[in-house]
Amino acid sequence: MMFDFSKVVPSIPYILEGIGVTLQIVVFATIIGLILGIILALCKIGTIKPLRWFADFYTSIFRGTPLVLQLMIIYYAVPQITGIKIDPMPAAIAAFGLNSGAYISEIIRAGINAVDKGQLEASKALGIPYTKMMKDIILPQAMKNILPSLMNEFITLNKESAIVTVIGALDIMRRAYVVGGATFRYLEPLLIAGLIYYVMTLVLTFFGKLMEKRMGRSD
Amino acid sequence: MIKVENLKKNFGKNEVLKGISTEIKEKEVIAVIGPSGSGKSTFLRCINRLEVPTSGNVTIDGTLITEKNIMKVRENLGMVFQHFYLFPHKTVLENLTYAPINVKGISKAQATKTAEDLLKKVDLFEKRNEYPNRLSGGQKQRVAIARALAMNPTVMLFDEPTSALDPEMVKEVLEVMKSLAETGMTMIIVTHEMGFAREVADRILFLEGGKLLEEATPEEFFTAPKSERAKEFLEKVL
Repeated sequence: MMFDFSKVVPSIPYILEGIGVTLQIVVFATIIGLILGIILALCKIGTIKPLRWFADFYTSIFRGTPLVLQLMIIYYAVPQITGIKIDPMPAAIAAFGLNSGAYISEIIRAGINAVDKGQLEASKALGIPYTKMMKDIILPQAMKNILPSLMNEFITLNKESAIVTVIGALDIMRRAYVVGGATFRYLEPLLIAGLIYYVMTLVLTFFGKLMEKRMGRSD
Repeated sequence: MIKVENLKKNFGKNEVLKGISTEIKEKEVIAVIGPSGSGKSTFLRCINRLEVPTSGNVTIDGTLITEKNIMKVRENLGMVFQHFYLFPHKTVLENLTYAPINVKGISKAQATKTAEDLLKKVDLFEKRNEYPNRLSGGQKQRVAIARALAMNPTVMLFDEPTSALDPEMVKEVLEVMKSLAETGMTMIIVTHEMGFAREVADRILFLEGGKLLEEATPEEFFTAPKSERAKEFLEKVL
Protein backbone atom coordinates (compact mmCIF):
# COMPACT_ATOMS: atom_id res chain seq x y z
CA MET A 1 0.00 0.00 0.00
CA MET A 2 1.25 3.41 -0.93
CA PHE A 3 -0.09 5.38 2.04
CA ASP A 4 0.58 4.24 5.56
CA PHE A 5 -0.34 6.87 8.09
CA SER A 6 -0.17 4.48 11.06
CA LYS A 7 3.49 5.27 11.81
CA VAL A 8 2.91 8.99 11.41
CA VAL A 9 -0.36 9.40 13.34
CA PRO A 10 1.33 9.63 16.79
CA SER A 11 3.43 12.49 15.39
CA ILE A 12 0.51 14.54 14.07
CA PRO A 13 0.16 16.63 17.30
CA TYR A 14 3.88 17.36 17.02
CA ILE A 15 3.45 18.67 13.47
CA LEU A 16 0.33 20.63 14.44
CA GLU A 17 2.32 22.45 17.13
CA GLY A 18 4.25 23.95 14.25
CA ILE A 19 1.16 26.04 13.39
CA GLY A 20 1.89 28.20 16.43
CA VAL A 21 5.47 28.75 15.30
CA THR A 22 4.48 29.53 11.70
CA LEU A 23 1.71 31.86 12.87
CA GLN A 24 4.07 33.70 15.20
CA ILE A 25 6.49 34.33 12.36
CA VAL A 26 3.75 35.37 9.93
CA VAL A 27 1.82 37.63 12.34
CA PHE A 28 4.85 39.53 13.63
CA ALA A 29 6.43 39.74 10.17
CA THR A 30 3.13 41.06 8.78
CA ILE A 31 2.98 43.77 11.44
CA ILE A 32 6.58 44.81 10.78
CA GLY A 33 6.01 44.59 7.03
CA LEU A 34 2.87 46.74 7.14
CA ILE A 35 4.37 49.47 9.32
CA LEU A 36 7.59 49.49 7.31
CA GLY A 37 5.62 49.36 4.05
CA ILE A 38 3.55 52.40 4.99
CA ILE A 39 6.63 54.37 6.08
CA LEU A 40 8.56 53.47 2.92
CA ALA A 41 5.55 54.25 0.72
CA LEU A 42 5.23 57.70 2.34
CA CYS A 43 8.96 58.27 1.74
CA LYS A 44 8.50 57.32 -1.91
CA ILE A 45 5.63 59.73 -2.55
CA GLY A 46 7.09 62.49 -0.36
CA THR A 47 9.12 65.46 -1.52
CA ILE A 48 12.25 64.81 0.57
CA LYS A 49 14.72 63.41 -1.94
CA PRO A 50 17.15 61.53 0.37
CA LEU A 51 14.21 59.65 1.91
CA ARG A 52 12.94 58.79 -1.55
CA TRP A 53 16.35 57.51 -2.59
CA PHE A 54 16.64 55.45 0.56
CA ALA A 55 13.20 53.90 0.12
CA ASP A 56 13.86 53.06 -3.53
CA PHE A 57 17.26 51.60 -2.71
CA TYR A 58 15.82 49.55 0.16
CA THR A 59 13.11 48.14 -2.09
CA SER A 60 15.50 47.26 -4.88
CA ILE A 61 17.84 45.40 -2.50
CA PHE A 62 15.12 43.37 -0.80
CA ARG A 63 13.31 42.60 -4.04
CA GLY A 64 16.50 41.92 -5.92
CA THR A 65 17.96 39.21 -3.70
CA PRO A 66 16.57 35.82 -2.60
CA LEU A 67 14.61 35.77 0.63
CA VAL A 68 16.52 32.69 1.79
CA LEU A 69 19.77 34.64 1.38
CA GLN A 70 18.42 37.53 3.48
CA LEU A 71 17.32 35.04 6.12
CA MET A 72 20.73 33.39 6.26
CA ILE A 73 22.55 36.72 6.38
CA ILE A 74 20.50 37.77 9.38
CA TYR A 75 20.84 34.41 11.15
CA TYR A 76 24.45 33.47 10.36
CA ALA A 77 26.25 36.58 9.16
CA VAL A 78 24.96 39.29 11.52
CA PRO A 79 26.21 37.41 14.64
CA GLN A 80 29.57 37.10 12.91
CA ILE A 81 29.81 40.91 12.65
CA THR A 82 28.19 41.90 15.93
CA GLY A 83 29.08 38.94 18.09
CA ILE A 84 25.46 38.69 19.25
CA LYS A 85 23.78 35.38 18.57
CA ILE A 86 20.25 35.60 17.20
CA ASP A 87 17.67 32.86 17.82
CA PRO A 88 15.93 31.37 14.77
CA MET A 89 12.55 32.94 15.58
CA PRO A 90 13.62 36.59 15.86
CA ALA A 91 15.87 36.12 12.83
CA ALA A 92 12.96 34.69 10.82
CA ILE A 93 10.57 37.45 11.93
CA ALA A 94 13.15 40.12 11.05
CA ALA A 95 13.93 38.65 7.64
CA PHE A 96 10.30 38.20 6.62
CA GLY A 97 9.26 41.55 8.07
CA LEU A 98 12.03 43.49 6.32
CA ASN A 99 11.42 41.62 3.07
CA SER A 100 7.66 42.01 2.96
CA GLY A 101 8.05 45.70 3.91
CA ALA A 102 9.68 46.22 0.51
CA TYR A 103 6.86 44.51 -1.37
CA ILE A 104 4.09 46.07 0.71
CA SER A 105 5.56 49.57 0.21
CA GLU A 106 5.16 49.17 -3.56
CA ILE A 107 1.57 47.99 -3.16
CA ILE A 108 0.71 50.90 -0.86
CA ARG A 109 2.49 53.45 -3.06
CA ALA A 110 0.39 52.37 -6.03
CA GLY A 111 -2.73 52.48 -3.83
CA ILE A 112 -2.03 56.03 -2.65
CA ASN A 113 -1.35 57.22 -6.20
CA ALA A 114 -4.67 55.76 -7.31
CA VAL A 115 -6.64 57.91 -4.85
CA ASP A 116 -8.25 60.90 -6.60
CA LYS A 117 -6.02 63.98 -6.30
CA GLY A 118 -9.16 65.90 -5.42
CA GLN A 119 -9.24 64.15 -2.04
CA LEU A 120 -5.88 65.75 -1.28
CA GLU A 121 -7.12 69.17 -2.39
CA ALA A 122 -10.34 68.91 -0.42
CA SER A 123 -8.34 67.96 2.67
CA LYS A 124 -5.93 70.85 2.17
CA ALA A 125 -8.78 73.29 1.62
CA LEU A 126 -10.27 72.23 4.96
CA GLY A 127 -6.93 72.88 6.68
CA ILE A 128 -6.40 69.19 7.55
CA PRO A 129 -2.72 68.65 8.43
CA TYR A 130 -0.67 66.20 6.31
CA THR A 131 -0.40 63.41 8.90
CA LYS A 132 -4.13 63.37 9.65
CA MET A 133 -4.98 63.62 5.98
CA MET A 134 -2.82 60.58 5.22
CA LYS A 135 -4.08 58.58 8.20
CA ASP A 136 -7.80 59.34 7.98
CA ILE A 137 -8.50 60.35 4.38
CA ILE A 138 -5.94 59.01 1.89
CA LEU A 139 -4.69 55.73 3.41
CA PRO A 140 -8.15 54.29 4.22
CA GLN A 141 -9.17 54.82 0.59
CA ALA A 142 -5.87 53.42 -0.67
CA MET A 143 -6.19 50.38 1.63
CA LYS A 144 -9.60 49.57 0.30
CA ASN A 145 -8.29 49.44 -3.27
CA ILE A 146 -5.21 47.40 -2.47
CA LEU A 147 -6.77 44.90 -0.06
CA PRO A 148 -6.74 42.05 -2.61
CA SER A 149 -3.03 42.65 -3.37
CA LEU A 150 -2.23 42.87 0.34
CA MET A 151 -4.06 39.61 1.06
CA ASN A 152 -2.05 38.03 -1.72
CA GLU A 153 1.16 39.22 -0.07
CA PHE A 154 0.11 37.75 3.31
CA ILE A 155 -0.81 34.42 1.73
CA THR A 156 2.58 34.31 0.02
CA LEU A 157 4.27 35.18 3.30
CA ASN A 158 2.37 32.41 5.10
CA LYS A 159 3.60 29.79 2.66
CA GLU A 160 7.08 31.19 2.08
CA SER A 161 7.67 31.12 5.82
CA ALA A 162 8.41 27.43 5.27
CA ILE A 163 11.97 28.33 4.31
CA VAL A 164 12.80 29.03 7.97
CA THR A 165 13.45 25.31 7.90
CA VAL A 166 16.96 26.17 6.71
CA ILE A 167 17.81 27.93 9.98
CA GLY A 168 16.17 25.24 12.09
CA ALA A 169 13.09 27.04 13.41
CA LEU A 170 10.57 24.36 14.33
CA ASP A 171 7.71 25.45 12.07
CA ILE A 172 5.20 23.15 10.32
CA MET A 173 7.60 22.36 7.50
CA ARG A 174 10.57 21.58 9.72
CA ARG A 175 8.49 19.32 11.95
CA ALA A 176 7.13 17.38 8.99
CA TYR A 177 10.70 16.89 7.84
CA VAL A 178 11.82 15.76 11.31
CA VAL A 179 8.95 13.25 11.52
CA GLY A 180 9.87 11.98 8.06
CA GLY A 181 13.44 11.43 9.16
CA ALA A 182 12.42 9.61 12.34
CA THR A 183 9.86 7.28 10.74
CA PHE A 184 11.52 6.86 7.34
CA ARG A 185 8.24 7.87 5.76
CA TYR A 186 8.35 11.30 4.12
CA LEU A 187 5.23 11.29 1.95
CA GLU A 188 2.67 11.21 4.77
CA PRO A 189 4.09 13.94 7.04
CA LEU A 190 4.71 16.16 4.03
CA LEU A 191 1.12 15.67 2.87
CA ILE A 192 -0.09 16.57 6.33
CA ALA A 193 2.06 19.72 6.27
CA GLY A 194 0.70 20.59 2.85
CA LEU A 195 -2.86 20.19 4.07
CA ILE A 196 -2.17 22.45 7.05
CA TYR A 197 -0.73 25.20 4.81
CA TYR A 198 -3.67 24.86 2.45
CA VAL A 199 -6.24 25.20 5.25
CA MET A 200 -4.37 28.21 6.64
CA THR A 201 -4.50 29.83 3.20
CA LEU A 202 -8.24 29.14 2.96
CA VAL A 203 -8.80 30.78 6.35
CA LEU A 204 -6.73 33.82 5.32
CA THR A 205 -8.66 34.09 2.07
CA PHE A 206 -11.93 33.93 3.97
CA PHE A 207 -10.92 36.77 6.29
CA GLY A 208 -9.71 38.77 3.30
CA LYS A 209 -13.10 38.46 1.62
CA LEU A 210 -14.81 39.43 4.87
CA MET A 211 -12.68 42.58 5.16
CA GLU A 212 -13.28 43.47 1.53
CA LYS A 213 -17.00 43.23 2.13
CA ARG A 214 -16.79 45.38 5.26
CA MET A 215 -14.74 48.06 3.52
CA GLY A 216 -17.03 47.93 0.53
CA ARG A 217 -20.04 49.16 2.46
CA SER A 218 -19.50 52.74 1.21
CA ASP A 219 -20.00 51.60 -2.42
CA MET B 1 -11.09 92.00 3.59
CA ILE B 2 -9.25 90.19 0.74
CA LYS B 3 -6.62 92.12 -1.14
CA VAL B 4 -4.98 90.66 -4.23
CA GLU B 5 -1.93 92.49 -5.54
CA ASN B 6 -0.30 91.86 -8.92
CA LEU B 7 -0.95 88.11 -8.73
CA LYS B 8 0.97 86.08 -11.30
CA LYS B 9 1.06 82.37 -11.93
CA ASN B 10 3.08 80.40 -14.46
CA PHE B 11 2.75 76.74 -15.26
CA GLY B 12 6.14 76.14 -16.79
CA LYS B 13 6.40 78.64 -19.64
CA ASN B 14 2.67 79.12 -19.76
CA GLU B 15 1.69 82.36 -18.04
CA VAL B 16 -1.82 81.72 -16.73
CA LEU B 17 -2.24 84.81 -14.55
CA LYS B 18 -0.58 87.99 -15.76
CA GLY B 19 -0.81 90.25 -12.78
CA ILE B 20 -4.25 90.51 -11.20
CA SER B 21 -5.10 93.09 -8.57
CA THR B 22 -8.42 93.58 -6.86
CA GLU B 23 -9.98 94.03 -3.48
CA ILE B 24 -12.95 92.19 -2.03
CA LYS B 25 -14.94 93.66 0.80
CA GLU B 26 -16.66 91.84 3.61
CA LYS B 27 -20.08 90.40 2.70
CA GLU B 28 -19.42 90.98 -0.96
CA VAL B 29 -20.47 88.36 -3.50
CA ILE B 30 -18.08 88.22 -6.44
CA ALA B 31 -18.71 86.30 -9.63
CA VAL B 32 -15.62 85.51 -11.67
CA ILE B 33 -16.49 84.87 -15.29
CA GLY B 34 -14.65 84.51 -18.55
CA PRO B 35 -13.88 82.04 -21.31
CA SER B 36 -12.24 78.66 -20.67
CA GLY B 37 -8.53 78.95 -20.01
CA SER B 38 -8.81 82.57 -18.93
CA GLY B 39 -7.34 81.75 -15.51
CA LYS B 40 -10.55 81.97 -13.44
CA SER B 41 -9.98 78.76 -11.50
CA THR B 42 -6.27 79.43 -11.07
CA PHE B 43 -7.12 82.86 -9.66
CA LEU B 44 -9.49 81.28 -7.13
CA ARG B 45 -7.04 78.52 -6.22
CA CYS B 46 -4.27 81.05 -5.65
CA ILE B 47 -6.38 82.69 -2.95
CA ASN B 48 -6.26 79.61 -0.70
CA ARG B 49 -2.90 78.59 -2.13
CA LEU B 50 -3.95 75.30 -3.68
CA GLU B 51 -1.84 76.86 -6.41
CA VAL B 52 1.20 78.67 -5.12
CA PRO B 53 1.42 82.05 -6.92
CA THR B 54 4.58 82.70 -8.90
CA SER B 55 4.57 86.27 -7.61
CA GLY B 56 2.22 88.80 -6.07
CA ASN B 57 0.47 88.98 -2.71
CA VAL B 58 -2.82 87.85 -1.23
CA THR B 59 -3.75 89.53 2.04
CA ILE B 60 -6.74 88.48 4.11
CA ASP B 61 -7.88 90.72 6.97
CA GLY B 62 -4.49 92.42 6.91
CA THR B 63 -2.53 89.14 7.09
CA LEU B 64 -0.23 88.34 4.18
CA ILE B 65 -0.76 84.71 3.13
CA THR B 66 2.44 82.70 3.22
CA GLU B 67 3.39 79.03 3.11
CA LYS B 68 3.75 79.19 6.90
CA ASN B 69 0.33 80.50 7.87
CA ILE B 70 -1.75 79.01 5.06
CA MET B 71 -3.00 76.01 7.08
CA LYS B 72 -4.46 78.35 9.68
CA VAL B 73 -5.90 80.63 7.00
CA ARG B 74 -7.59 77.74 5.19
CA GLU B 75 -9.67 76.97 8.27
CA ASN B 76 -11.51 80.21 7.53
CA LEU B 77 -11.66 79.80 3.76
CA GLY B 78 -14.33 77.32 2.73
CA MET B 79 -13.93 75.85 -0.72
CA VAL B 80 -16.39 74.04 -2.98
CA PHE B 81 -15.07 72.13 -6.00
CA GLN B 82 -16.57 71.31 -9.36
CA HIS B 83 -16.30 67.59 -8.63
CA PHE B 84 -17.40 67.79 -4.96
CA TYR B 85 -14.54 65.66 -3.56
CA LEU B 86 -16.55 64.33 -0.66
CA PHE B 87 -14.74 61.69 1.40
CA PRO B 88 -16.26 58.50 -0.04
CA HIS B 89 -15.42 56.31 2.97
CA LYS B 90 -17.18 58.60 5.41
CA THR B 91 -20.90 59.11 5.88
CA VAL B 92 -22.49 62.46 5.05
CA LEU B 93 -22.45 63.42 8.72
CA GLU B 94 -18.81 62.34 9.15
CA ASN B 95 -17.88 64.39 6.09
CA LEU B 96 -19.21 67.45 7.91
CA THR B 97 -17.80 66.71 11.35
CA TYR B 98 -14.32 65.43 10.50
CA ALA B 99 -12.54 68.74 9.98
CA PRO B 100 -14.24 70.67 12.81
CA ILE B 101 -13.28 67.89 15.26
CA ASN B 102 -9.79 67.17 13.92
CA VAL B 103 -8.71 70.61 12.79
CA LYS B 104 -10.52 73.01 15.08
CA GLY B 105 -10.72 70.69 18.07
CA ILE B 106 -14.45 71.12 18.51
CA SER B 107 -16.19 68.45 20.62
CA LYS B 108 -17.93 65.65 18.76
CA ALA B 109 -21.30 66.56 20.25
CA GLN B 110 -20.98 70.20 19.21
CA ALA B 111 -19.70 69.32 15.73
CA THR B 112 -22.57 66.87 15.24
CA LYS B 113 -25.12 69.44 16.27
CA THR B 114 -23.69 72.07 13.90
CA ALA B 115 -23.52 69.49 11.10
CA GLU B 116 -27.12 68.43 11.62
CA ASP B 117 -28.31 72.03 11.55
CA LEU B 118 -26.40 72.63 8.31
CA LEU B 119 -27.79 69.46 6.74
CA LYS B 120 -31.28 70.66 7.58
CA LYS B 121 -30.50 73.94 5.84
CA VAL B 122 -29.42 72.20 2.65
CA ASP B 123 -32.38 69.84 3.01
CA LEU B 124 -30.36 66.65 3.38
CA PHE B 125 -30.83 65.79 7.05
CA GLU B 126 -32.45 62.48 6.08
CA LYS B 127 -29.28 61.48 4.24
CA ARG B 128 -26.94 62.06 7.17
CA ASN B 129 -26.01 58.38 7.58
CA GLU B 130 -25.68 57.60 3.87
CA TYR B 131 -22.37 57.29 2.07
CA PRO B 132 -21.71 59.85 -0.71
CA ASN B 133 -21.99 57.24 -3.46
CA ARG B 134 -25.69 56.93 -2.68
CA LEU B 135 -26.33 60.62 -3.43
CA SER B 136 -27.09 62.41 -6.68
CA GLY B 137 -24.69 65.05 -8.00
CA GLY B 138 -26.81 67.90 -6.73
CA GLN B 139 -27.06 66.29 -3.30
CA LYS B 140 -23.31 65.72 -3.22
CA GLN B 141 -22.63 69.35 -4.02
CA ARG B 142 -25.02 70.50 -1.30
CA VAL B 143 -23.21 68.24 1.17
CA ALA B 144 -19.89 69.70 -0.04
CA ILE B 145 -21.20 73.22 0.61
CA ALA B 146 -22.38 72.17 4.07
CA ARG B 147 -19.01 70.53 4.75
CA ALA B 148 -17.20 73.78 3.97
CA LEU B 149 -19.68 75.75 6.09
CA ALA B 150 -19.20 73.37 9.04
CA MET B 151 -15.79 74.99 9.59
CA ASN B 152 -17.61 78.29 10.09
CA PRO B 153 -15.54 80.11 7.45
CA THR B 154 -15.52 83.85 6.85
CA VAL B 155 -15.14 83.46 3.08
CA MET B 156 -16.47 80.82 0.70
CA LEU B 157 -14.74 80.02 -2.58
CA PHE B 158 -16.70 78.22 -5.30
CA ASP B 159 -14.89 76.68 -8.28
CA GLU B 160 -17.53 76.10 -10.97
CA PRO B 161 -19.85 74.40 -8.48
CA THR B 162 -22.54 73.51 -11.01
CA SER B 163 -20.44 72.64 -14.07
CA ALA B 164 -20.35 68.91 -13.36
CA LEU B 165 -24.06 68.63 -12.60
CA ASP B 166 -26.93 67.37 -14.70
CA PRO B 167 -29.03 70.35 -15.81
CA GLU B 168 -31.97 69.50 -13.56
CA MET B 169 -29.73 69.58 -10.49
CA VAL B 170 -28.16 72.96 -11.10
CA LYS B 171 -31.06 74.84 -9.59
CA GLU B 172 -31.03 73.14 -6.19
CA VAL B 173 -27.35 74.00 -5.76
CA LEU B 174 -27.79 77.60 -6.92
CA GLU B 175 -30.69 77.98 -4.48
CA VAL B 176 -28.45 76.96 -1.60
CA MET B 177 -25.75 79.39 -2.74
CA LYS B 178 -28.28 82.17 -3.12
CA SER B 179 -29.60 81.74 0.40
CA LEU B 180 -26.01 81.65 1.63
CA ALA B 181 -25.36 84.99 -0.11
CA GLU B 182 -28.44 86.39 1.63
CA THR B 183 -26.94 85.57 5.04
CA GLY B 184 -24.11 88.00 4.26
CA MET B 185 -21.37 85.45 3.54
CA THR B 186 -18.41 86.77 1.59
CA MET B 187 -18.30 84.67 -1.57
CA ILE B 188 -16.07 84.36 -4.61
CA ILE B 189 -17.74 82.25 -7.28
CA VAL B 190 -16.17 81.06 -10.51
CA THR B 191 -19.17 80.27 -12.67
CA HIS B 192 -20.65 79.90 -16.12
CA GLU B 193 -24.15 80.55 -14.81
CA MET B 194 -24.70 84.07 -16.17
CA GLY B 195 -28.25 84.39 -14.89
CA PHE B 196 -27.13 83.47 -11.40
CA ALA B 197 -24.15 85.84 -11.54
CA ARG B 198 -26.37 88.68 -12.64
CA GLU B 199 -28.94 88.05 -9.96
CA VAL B 200 -26.75 87.27 -6.95
CA ALA B 201 -23.35 88.91 -7.44
CA ASP B 202 -22.49 92.37 -6.20
CA ARG B 203 -19.62 92.60 -8.62
CA ILE B 204 -18.41 90.80 -11.72
CA LEU B 205 -14.75 90.11 -12.44
CA PHE B 206 -14.25 89.36 -16.13
CA LEU B 207 -11.02 87.50 -16.81
CA GLU B 208 -9.53 86.92 -20.24
CA GLY B 209 -6.07 85.60 -21.10
CA GLY B 210 -4.89 85.83 -17.50
CA LYS B 211 -5.84 89.49 -17.14
CA LEU B 212 -8.62 91.17 -15.24
CA LEU B 213 -10.26 92.92 -18.20
CA GLU B 214 -13.30 94.27 -16.52
CA GLU B 215 -14.60 94.86 -13.03
CA ALA B 216 -18.16 96.10 -12.80
CA THR B 217 -21.57 95.69 -11.21
CA PRO B 218 -23.70 93.02 -12.90
CA GLU B 219 -25.98 95.75 -14.20
CA GLU B 220 -23.12 97.58 -15.93
CA PHE B 221 -21.39 94.46 -17.12
CA PHE B 222 -24.36 92.68 -18.66
CA THR B 223 -25.99 95.75 -20.21
CA ALA B 224 -22.98 97.84 -21.21
CA PRO B 225 -19.70 95.94 -21.17
CA LYS B 226 -16.76 98.26 -21.77
CA SER B 227 -14.32 95.95 -23.50
CA GLU B 228 -14.72 94.51 -26.96
CA ARG B 229 -13.75 91.05 -25.62
CA ALA B 230 -16.47 91.10 -22.96
CA LYS B 231 -19.06 92.10 -25.57
CA GLU B 232 -17.98 89.17 -27.74
CA PHE B 233 -18.08 86.77 -24.80
CA LEU B 234 -21.56 87.87 -23.74
CA GLU B 235 -22.90 87.56 -27.25
CA LYS B 236 -21.80 83.96 -27.28
CA VAL B 237 -23.09 82.91 -23.88
CA LEU B 238 -26.30 84.87 -23.48
